Amino acid sequence: MSAVIEQRTERPAKAVSAVVVAGLRRERWYRQPRLRRLGALLAAGLLLAVMTGEQGNGKDLLYSLRGTLASGRLWVCLGLGVVAWVLAETGAPLRAAAVRLLAPVTAPIARGGELAVRRRGVRVTAALVGLALAVFVPLALSRATNQVLVDWVGIYILLALGLNVVIGWAGLLDLGFVAFFAIGGYSAAFWTGHLPVKPPFELNPFLVIPVAMATCLIAGVLLGGPTLRLRGDYLAIVTLGFHEIIYLVAKNSDGLTNGSLGVFGIPHFSVGLGPVQYRWKLDPLDYWWLLLGLIVLAVLVLRRLEHSKVGRTWAAIREDEVAAAAHGVDTVKYKLMAFAIGASTSGAAGVVYASKVGFINPENFPLLYSVLVLAYVIFGGMGSIPGVLLGAGLLAWLPHALKDVVDQKDRFMYMGALLVVMMIYRPQGLLPARRRRRGEPTPARSSVQTGDAQ
Amino acid sequence: MTTTTTATGTDEVVLEASRVTLRFGGLTSLSEVSLRMRRGEVLAVIGPNGAGKTSLFNSLTGFYHPQEGRVTLRDESGATHELIGRKPHSVNRLGVARTFQNIRLFGALTALENVKVAAETRERSGPLGIALGLPHTRRADRASGERAEQLLEFVGLAARRYERAGSLSYGDQRRLEIARALATGPRVLLLDEPAAGTNPTEKLELTALIRRINRELGVGVLLIEHDMRLVMSVADRVAVLNFGRVIAEGTPAEIQRDPAVVEAYLGAEAAQPDPEEVER
Ligand SMILES: Nc1ncnc2c1ncn2[C@@H]1O[C@H](COP(=O)(O)OP(=O)(O)OP(=O)(O)O)[C@@H](O)[C@H]1O
Ligand SMILES: [Mg+2]
Repeated sequence: MSAVIEQRTERPAKAVSAVVVAGLRRERWYRQPRLRRLGALLAAGLLLAVMTGEQGNGKDLLYSLRGTLASGRLWVCLGLGVVAWVLAETGAPLRAAAVRLLAPVTAPIARGGELAVRRRGVRVTAALVGLALAVFVPLALSRATNQVLVDWVGIYILLALGLNVVIGWAGLLDLGFVAFFAIGGYSAAFWTGHLPVKPPFELNPFLVIPVAMATCLIAGVLLGGPTLRLRGDYLAIVTLGFHEIIYLVAKNSDGLTNGSLGVFGIPHFSVGLGPVQYRWKLDPLDYWWLLLGLIVLAVLVLRRLEHSKVGRTWAAIREDEVAAAAHGVDTVKYKLMAFAIGASTSGAAGVVYASKVGFINPENFPLLYSVLVLAYVIFGGMGSIPGVLLGAGLLAWLPHALKDVVDQKDRFMYMGALLVVMMIYRPQGLLPARRRRRGEPTPARSSVQTGDAQ
Repeated sequence: MTTTTTATGTDEVVLEASRVTLRFGGLTSLSEVSLRMRRGEVLAVIGPNGAGKTSLFNSLTGFYHPQEGRVTLRDESGATHELIGRKPHSVNRLGVARTFQNIRLFGALTALENVKVAAETRERSGPLGIALGLPHTRRADRASGERAEQLLEFVGLAARRYERAGSLSYGDQRRLEIARALATGPRVLLLDEPAAGTNPTEKLELTALIRRINRELGVGVLLIEHDMRLVMSVADRVAVLNFGRVIAEGTPAEIQRDPAVVEAYLGAEAAQPDPEEVER
């Protein structure tokens, strides 16, 4: 814009144009960085005032804002903003002094972090300590808390691990991921004989896991076969459609899935091998350990894949599909593989969920959950297993951690705000993957069919 | 690194294009292009901008599908394969590797990983074997790693193997692309302007590298290049493309004297507006 104006003003007398150009170049007073920062902090103060104020009212949208404007709290919050601004603008020497004072403490921590990333022993120890905590800490927690650990944290970590293969490694944007979760859940219902259609023989939920994984694998291949030739954004729409199909079939085909009534009485897991007799019951702890076992298994397998030919080839496809194909990579085959592996992980999670809860209906598998899992993966760090574990664990936990702190209805709003802030300041995620470029969360850029190989 | 010389020697024709015509709507970017390349030679394709050189490469490697003509490749056993209509990866598997005019590396992977990915496309290990950690997958992994290291050594990038490909210098990136292409064990290597954007020293090194690829590895090289000095010093034969047609073919000396070639280049230069003219 200003470039155009400058060009136009070059025509008339040189002296006049010089003045005009100088005028255009000068920053407007309100554009000064300092004042802009003040503005931002005042806005943050206002936000804080509204957030700490009275709960809103659905019928009167500005109710909460009006209440805030009339209260004295507003001035306190704005004052805080101004104080923060003054500190930020004049505090440089103070900050430098603080950094110098704290250096002996922070430097070793930073160095330790770097060492940890490099040394295998450190990584293994960290993983084992994390695992031990995950095994034993829930013993000391309340039953309600453990319930959350299973229904949200455990299940979602498993889902996120699966989606990470698809989006983090192969770079395919899959928005219908939860459809495979649903297929897993309904597989559990089918093979234990609780759907209107009966299976040829009934299976223990443990045996349903591999069967459901195979089913999801096939479903993934059937969906992916014709569609994985599409470029990233088109693929996303196709997977969206796939989710809708699965959801509507579950909801409407009463004779097959019992429709929106759902399925009841899916049995719990049980083992009955001679002397080893055990039944999982309603106790969430049992299920937590079961999930933990599955997660550990998934991590071990996926880690192997990541650091193998398969993982490297996925990364190559994600980086440049045209170049990968030019070097003999059957790109469709590898994309299908990622899709199928992700789908079967999701299917396993579906079986555990259905068996734990005992009843499922189509509303357990809304599109929102696909989006949530995607958000967890991106938040943790696409393509990084520790990142995904941490990200999914934290975010799945967050709404419940906030339950007693903020108003019930607002919980997900805070999660939304956290995601926004995170994407602005740390788009690569909590623990980013080494094999990804900084802040580039894009799926595969081009496909062999459309990209011209220059 | 093994030097393979087959019974038929280095004179056998490995890649042959006959009367290849490629159209984009109304635009004919290749018309009746015929080329023959022998295993033991470096064949250069030159021509002004937009002559259709890259289009020719894309037609030979499965990225473009010419409407007419045939492209045949002769493999080790002497059997011939039609390349037109094949997917890029299957063309590569038959023994045709290429680099790109606009470098296309796997930027987030290290130099070593870039080459290893290409070497591994020839391994048979699948996801199940890898997940179970079967011994043959481990062996395959080690073998392709060693091969990748050797190739990096061959192109002179051994010291940079753990650096991210995206952070290498331009000249190094071009050489890495060559190493990656060689990792697929090609019979024919197609280089699209490998010297573009490199400095004079790097150009000299590249000349030597192309010769070694041809002589030591026994790989036929098809080379697109604008730098005439490089072309004249490294090519055994030169084909000149203009407006999608082969207008001349011969030894470098013959090509330099050919009036049609001089005309094509002068014509192209005269048609291009003088940059100073535009300024004013
Ligand atoms: N995918 C495509 N769609 C339409 N036209 C194309 C396509 N690819 C190439 N062309 C056209 O074919 C002609 C030849 O292009 P090509 O890229 O092969 O030239 P080139 O000889 O490689 O030129 P340069 O020296 O600039 O690389 C050009 O007119 C170009 O516009
Ligand atoms: Mg070109």
